[in-house]
Amino acid sequence: MVHKGKKEKILSKVIVVTSGKGGVGKTTTSAAFAAGLALRGHKTVVIDFDVGLRNLDLVMGCERRVVFDFINVINGDANLSQALIRDKRIENLYIFPTSQTRDKDALKREGVEKVMDQLRKDFEFIICDSPAGIEHGAMTALYHADSAIIVTNPEVSSVRDSDRIIGILAAKSRRAEKREKPVEEHLLLTRYSPERVRRGEMLSVDDVKDILSVPLLGIIPESETVLKASNTGVPVILDPQSPAGRAYDDAVARFLGEQREMRFMLPERKRLFGGLFGRAAS
Amino acid sequence: MGAANRVQGGIFTLMVVKIGDPYDPDLERELAEQVALSPGFFADAPVVLDLKDSLGCTSVADYTALRQLLRRHGMIPVGVQNASALQLRAAKSVDLSAFSGAAGGARRPIERAPAAPERAADRPAAERSSESRTRLVTQPVRSGTQIYAKGGDLVVVAPVSAGAELIADGHIHVYGALRGRAIAGAAGDITARIFAHRFEAELVSVAGRYIVSDAIPPEHRSQPAQVALIDDRLCILPGWGNGRGAAEG
Repeated sequence: MVHKGKKEKILSKVIVVTSGKGGVGKTTTSAAFAAGLALRGHKTVVIDFDVGLRNLDLVMGCERRVVFDFINVINGDANLSQALIRDKRIENLYIFPTSQTRDKDALKREGVEKVMDQLRKDFEFIICDSPAGIEHGAMTALYHADSAIIVTNPEVSSVRDSDRIIGILAAKSRRAEKREKPVEEHLLLTRYSPERVRRGEMLSVDDVKDILSVPLLGIIPESETVLKASNTGVPVILDPQSPAGRAYDDAVARFLGEQREMRFMLPERKRLFGGLFGRAAS
Repeated sequence: MGAANRVQGGIFTLMVVKIGDPYDPDLERELAEQVALSPGFFADAPVVLDLKDSLGCTSVADYTALRQLLRRHGMIPVGVQNASALQLRAAKSVDLSAFSGAAGGARRPIERAPAAPERAADRPAAERSSESRTRLVTQPVRSGTQIYAKGGDLVVVAPVSAGAELIADGHIHVYGALRGRAIAGAAGDITARIFAHRFEAELVSVAGRYIVSDAIPPEHRSQPAQVALIDDRLCILPGWGNGRGAAEG
């Protein structure tokens, strides 16, 4: 395996990137965070838990280098070092792709646990890119988490699904089962458009914080560069011209304990909770 | 189960039906009206017959007729109160027991009492006497979570999300935003109330009556409010008043 015996023991942290709802930016966030942490010198691996809907390798631009995958390793058909893909651009960054031909049932509990134990020995950060939903795939992705990044869009259904996932983290994670310190929760608001918030079409940062009561890690503005980055296989954080890239960089810095002021949010003038309540209720 | 545990005490709230003339046609009409207001409430509900103002009910035939009438409206007579010696003798012969008349209790113009007493029967009296049955929740109650405070009150010192469900046999207090459902008096306690520091509930219910947020007057939204059953109607009251004003209205 990579780097044997360099350090006696690494204090590793498993981070799940989760949301409940689909299409909110989990994979984009996973890719950006993995790249951001690795750029800061932390040895990081990002795992695709979305078995059957393999996307992470595309977003990371390594789809043509996939030979073995997560499920092969779980089943013992390949070992970890065969399946991990080393990023060509960023040192310390590894991608652990998943299978496109299997489904979530292939995520066997013991097998996943064994893989996670192995990864913990070698990596500082293990990022689990969760599938949408609250079924087996999402449950498995969050089970081992020490820390969770809850990706939320500023709209009612996304906020509610995030709320549900936060509840599941508090009840069904390994830490909850073993009655250890609870999973650390971070809220990441993505696809945020201050203009649309002003027009009352989106929930504001304060509305979302108020509903979820989870510390805010960052606000990622809605940006065309995100789509471009996904299509070209370059994590958006590597694009210094992109507001989303810079916002992700801030979020990674905050995740590591740095103080950075929130950007990309206009001071809001009007709260729209009354409107939200009316709609949520109907 | 030891002999000592075989028979235990239980405290139940029972509905009292005032009987005048057991053959009075108004009786059936009034019962039907009452039941129509909240049909579920009277389903198989045990009732006590208050005979204070009754000169009838002195024969087995009287009771049989009464029993049939009450049964048609879902009620099951289990006993009598304020019965004369003659009335009591006939009552005993049709297996109705004697309840000691509640002083003043039966005099009130509107008798209010309890849904689902059979649920209350699950709860031995001893269980409630000793320690506090109040359940305290300090973490946010997330969407999809259900918390039940059996046999007591539920106190939440955190927000309750939309899609979460609080259930208590007693009162529910939320010292935060209440955005989910709150079901108080789940075992039929009509005196149970719901208090919310910030009232944005999806649904509130006391002793089986409920209101959904669509039907909640907008002036209560995001305000401190309480929910109580007053004269059999579920009322939302602003703030922490005792609710008497609304009771008169």
